[in-house]
Amino acid sequence: MKRVVKLIDENGRRVDGRRPDELRPIRMEAGVLEKSDGSAYIEVGGTRIYAAVFGPREVHPKHLELPDRAVINCRYHMASFSVDERKPLGMTRREIELSKVLREALESVVFVEEFPRMMIDVFVEVIQADGGTRTAGITAASLALADAGIPMADLVAATAVGKVDGIIVLDINEIEDKYGQADMPVAMAPRLGSIVLLQLNGMMTVEEISAGLEMAENAIKTIQQSQIDALRKRYRVEAGGEEL
Amino acid sequence: MTYSAIGERGFAVKITRNRIYELLRQGKRIDGRDPLSFRPITVKTGVVEKADGSAIVSLGSTKILTGIKVEVGTPYPDRPNEGVFTVNAELLPLAYKTFEAGPPDERAVELSRVVDRCIRESHAIDLESLVLIRGEKVYMLYIDCYVLDYDGNYFDAAVLSAVAALATGAIPKYRVVDGRIEKIEGERMPIPLRTVPISVTMGLIKDVLLVDPIPVEESVLDTSIIVGYTSDSTVAAVQKNTPGLMPASLLRQALETGKLKSQQLREKLLGCLGDAVKK
Repeated sequence: MKRVVKLIDENGRRVDGRRPDELRPIRMEAGVLEKSDGSAYIEVGGTRIYAAVFGPREVHPKHLELPDRAVINCRYHMASFSVDERKPLGMTRREIELSKVLREALESVVFVEEFPRMMIDVFVEVIQADGGTRTAGITAASLALADAGIPMADLVAATAVGKVDGIIVLDINEIEDKYGQADMPVAMAPRLGSIVLLQLNGMMTVEEISAGLEMAENAIKTIQQSQIDALRKRYRVEAGGEEL
Repeated sequence: MTYSAIGERGFAVKITRNRIYELLRQGKRIDGRDPLSFRPITVKTGVVEKADGSAIVSLGSTKILTGIKVEVGTPYPDRPNEGVFTVNAELLPLAYKTFEAGPPDERAVELSRVVDRCIRESHAIDLESLVLIRGEKVYMLYIDCYVLDYDGNYFDAAVLSAVAALATGAIPKYRVVDGRIEKIEGERMPIPLRTVPISVTMGLIKDVLLVDPIPVEESVLDTSIIVGYTSDSTVAAVQKNTPGLMPASLLRQALETGKLKSQQLREKLLGCLGDAVKK
């Protein structure tokens, strides 16, 4: 792979000054869109994403209905202006694949059997991409599901680990993704100690993957705390200033 | 297009699931295999003379045909010194009762992207040797996988057939004459490969791992994962491809199991290819 920049400097710092195990600044908020049943906004470094949830509601189209559980529909989509080169309108193959793995990650924790013959729609809109959009998207989608009052076994949170200049690093940004050796997005249900989304692009040994997973798991616990804080903030306001 | 499980649904599934799990606990499978055994593999190469490389791989009764066609085109602007390849996959309507004609659905898109990931991320094709004029003209490989008969685990079968087609293919040779591209009639060359990527699909029921699931197993798995390995057993691609919880400890076990299985599968594939491999 071609390298145009040095990704780790002599002090062990990354291109944006972070240590290998350091997350980018994360900010999130629940209940940001008025008309959806639940919504969230997230910023991770330069990545900015809205997520919204509708439902449980009637299944559309009807033939997708399941007699014993809810159907989850998920669309991960990037705005045309979210990337350096304008992304053509419509769904790319990448977006189709990511919609599938996002849906499956959420389906792992939602109590779908509580809502037979219903549908839960999850929409993820990336308005600016700076690496880690699927993981930030899933963190936001999970927050939006909680905001919509959908019962779940856990709040799913996610981040990506990667390998750059031979070093395992946390929460890779766009430059590290482009010029690094590997990108491994991980979403977990941390309370259950389980992985709900896992992908890997690039070469890592089994040992490196293990080390990366451990790094991701710790970070995911931190991210989940931010989700909980965002929900507390949202519902404290609606309850009239009372601490939950 | 949303929910698209391949398996059956309903209460019968729960009974089947219990039966499959009980068998697994005794180290058995519903089709008589060991939990960590693949079904028999057969490989036929050169099945389509007009393709520049082709192979039909059977994994049990799952059957996948991959064909390769080569053209000359322009490289990607950010990779001017590399040839180009794309992978496409189709779940043909003749392969299974729920497969429909039309543009690739999310299952087919996922299949093509996972096969692509196994080949691309392992740097299996030496793309730098497929350049005719730097930044202007390169070889473009179109690797198209067709699922002909579906009896579970199209991922591993597709990777095997794509690799078999690549390893035995012979692509037209071109030369540059006064800055123009000219085909050398009657001459062909092998596709330059650096490693033999192999994927291993593993399913999980409770605390038991199995490999190469058939549809009845796919419909009752807690979750499943596909791991692609290079010839030196580095992991190059991973895809958790179904909903469900995967405990971190079992993932580590799966990565080790997959490593061993990939080595056996690679040996088996290379054995099947034998003299057909173009070197």
